[in-house]
Amino acid sequence: MIDKKKVRPADGVMYGLIYLSAIFVVLLLLGIIGYVLYRGISVVSWDFLTGVTSVLKGTTGIAGNIVNTIYIILLTMLIATPIGVGAAIYLNEYAKPGKLVTIIEFATQILSGIPSIIFGLFGMIFFGQTLKLGYSLLTGALTMVLMVLPLITRNTQEALKTVPEGYRQGAIGLGSGKWYMIRTILLPCAMPGIITGVILAIGRIVGESAALLFTAGSAHLLPDGFTEFLSKAFHSGGTLTIQLYLSMSKGQYDIAFGIAVVLLVIVLLINFATKLLAKKFDVNKKV
Amino acid sequence: MKKNTVSIKSGKQSKAARAFSENLAKNCFLFAAVVAVLAVLSIMLYMFLKGTPAFFKVGLNEILFETEWRPAAKENPSFGILYIILTSVAGTTLAIMLGVPLGILTAVFLTEVAPKKLAALVQPAVELLAAIPSVIYGLLGIIILTPWMYKLEKIIFEDSETHQFTGGANLISAVIVLAIMILPTVVNMSVSAIRAVDDKLKSASLALGATKIQTIFKVVLPAAKSGIMTGIVLGIGRALGEAMAISLVSGSSVNLPLPFNSVRFLTTAIVSEMSYASGLHRQVLFTIGLVLFVFIMVINLVLTKMIQGKEKNT
Amino acid sequence: MRKKIAKFLGVVATVTMMAVSMTGCGSSDSVESGDGNLTGTVTMAGSTSMEKLANALAEGFMEKNDGVTVTAEFTGSSAGIESLTTGSVDIGNASRALNEAEVSGGAVENIVAIDGIAVITHGDNPIKEISSEDLKKIYTGEITNWNELGGNDEAIVVIGREASSGTRGAFEELLEMEDQCNYANELDSTGAVLAQVTSTEGAIGYVSLDVVDDNVIALSIDGVEATEENIIAGKYMLSRPFVMATMGEISEQNETVQAFFEYIESEEGQEIIKKVGLILPE
Repeated sequence: MIDKKKVRPADGVMYGLIYLSAIFVVLLLLGIIGYVLYRGISVVSWDFLTGVTSVLKGTTGIAGNIVNTIYIILLTMLIATPIGVGAAIYLNEYAKPGKLVTIIEFATQILSGIPSIIFGLFGMIFFGQTLKLGYSLLTGALTMVLMVLPLITRNTQEALKTVPEGYRQGAIGLGSGKWYMIRTILLPCAMPGIITGVILAIGRIVGESAALLFTAGSAHLLPDGFTEFLSKAFHSGGTLTIQLYLSMSKGQYDIAFGIAVVLLVIVLLINFATKLLAKKFDVNKKV
Repeated sequence: MKKNTVSIKSGKQSKAARAFSENLAKNCFLFAAVVAVLAVLSIMLYMFLKGTPAFFKVGLNEILFETEWRPAAKENPSFGILYIILTSVAGTTLAIMLGVPLGILTAVFLTEVAPKKLAALVQPAVELLAAIPSVIYGLLGIIILTPWMYKLEKIIFEDSETHQFTGGANLISAVIVLAIMILPTVVNMSVSAIRAVDDKLKSASLALGATKIQTIFKVVLPAAKSGIMTGIVLGIGRALGEAMAISLVSGSSVNLPLPFNSVRFLTTAIVSEMSYASGLHRQVLFTIGLVLFVFIMVINLVLTKMIQGKEKNT
Repeated sequence: MRKKIAKFLGVVATVTMMAVSMTGCGSSDSVESGDGNLTGTVTMAGSTSMEKLANALAEGFMEKNDGVTVTAEFTGSSAGIESLTTGSVDIGNASRALNEAEVSGGAVENIVAIDGIAVITHGDNPIKEISSEDLKKIYTGEITNWNELGGNDEAIVVIGREASSGTRGAFEELLEMEDQCNYANELDSTGAVLAQVTSTEGAIGYVSLDVVDDNVIALSIDGVEATEENIIAGKYMLSRPFVMATMGEISEQNETVQAFFEYIESEEGQEIIKKVGLILPE
């Protein structure tokens, strides 16, 4: 009987559309990666990666932007990780369901839905003007803290949920304090989840442009010596993505594609790293 | 994390000291959790503080319902942002109409149609699309998309007397970029929604003699509706808030959002003029930011309601 | 909880103070000048048209004085002068003459270079010359096809800058068509206009003379070519000053800023100005 099911021509059309959609998505990705590599790979050289763009010397290089990007990542994660993890611990381990938790979770969700341009405006007027930090890497980092906070909180929460309840009860039963238990049992168990959150946050920072344009500024020179490196937090600095945008709007497409190649490589690495961690996570779950 | 120093000695500490460190830890975590609330409140506060003064100086109607945008004119500057609002609404709607069907079909492919091995190849492609920085989409937009658009524009408006040629930077170009950018969001949400549909439903439908396609479109997708809708709302939020990818492909002149017109979105209006503007002009740009913020908040509220509704259902 | 908040505020306050003192120390710590022992910071903000100039001068000055940091943000002329008068930068860059309100706010106009505005078209456009009348008609939307000017049958894509750009202000003012222009693309930087004109057949745009390259054609206006000689001679109509404005006279500035202006006046500084394609003021 089953064999006699009517063959509907409409079915064939739908199958066709479904396959076309999937093929389109794959071709789109391959096209984007392929085209960026085709236009950009010849631009990327050792000099390009380690040099600095100079009108006087006629050189182009993105070393300054690389340093700025790393700087903002470090500053942001230094501030955002304790807060994000702390928030997750509070929500999962301390809070009892109630108004406060609802408000906090609602706020976290809103925070992740606000577009980056709004973060940029807020960062510019609050950190830049009210706190008088001006265009600086610190202003940019503080703005990014707000943006990546939900990512870290959520991933940590997910990880904490997978830690078996028995671990907690066992530790408390043996006389451990709650804080001691969190420190020695929960956090190590949740570590892969926390790291996943951190890596995703780094990806967000690397790709961000609108929020950083108005907060971190666009300087592209390398700091001169260690003290200048430290004080760099209070000076303007453009990340790779900002430089890509600026080069693009100046019509310097070669540089833009060169940076695009570098960004794609970073994005691929980040994707790979999260995959690896997720696998590790799964193994943990089974144990 | 300074609580460490307190509890390192915790081996044989007194009850009081232990209670103190426990309390301190708890309060620190509470503070960390409240940061998100503080952040949202201060963002709201600042957006309203900075965005409302222009309403009093220029007038609510003059800003929201006028179409003339001449913010820097020496005589009678005008600040009507109606076209800008309409562009954001039209652009987002079109991007959804283009991106959502494509996204749902791809999700169907991944979950119902493709052999496991093939799905394992396509799924990472979707994830990677989501991870590509938006400026790269913008870059490819001006290099590849706008020249094509210009050719098309020349053919369509060959005999037009009134059309202002845009060189390919127009609403359609922006919509295409936006549609591609929301694709991963829609696919991912739809995939998890479809996976959550009870297998019994499918088996029952197939057993009743429905074809696989009929089952997918008449049974599975309706059952996954709320999850897919969540994906669409997330996509709307993403399209509405995107700035850098479309700032160079949309042409950036303030016009009625017709497909081949050069247009300005709420987001691109802020990006292109914020750094230059001063005085009242700058205040109106913050008002544009406020309008965008209100749109996003409404979408967020809808989203929360939907997620809550879904939780109640399950 | 309260303790933590107090601590947080404390951190914020310290950070803010550090930021303030850091910019502050730049101005006061400098003792010697010119010998390469200068320390401190010079902050600039303003016109995007002046980006090339400001970056080149900053780089040259920093190379000579190891201890100095010069930062430049390119936020547009009006915003630059506003940053100057509110005290957030040492120098406000404006690619136009200062207006009355700005001067009465205390800003002093220091003209460091003269720039021409070039009207550019796509490299394949056969038209090399245009009258100022026709140029006006193109920008106000009266002429929409190049064949009306004896060129190819090609629609004109009118490209310009966004409102409150110094270049747009100067361009519209010099051609007496303020707020009458009908743009197809309003782009937010000099480079974006150049890029768009380069890649779009039938496009017309205006940019600083110093960024014009071989991929576009700089039109002669009323028979006068856009060259340095013609601008100095006052024949080419589209030119404007590049201003590095300070609060009060240069002599009232701190030593680092003074040294920066000395550097601009020096032979080396003047070389840089010429090198980036600008004209020295008389």
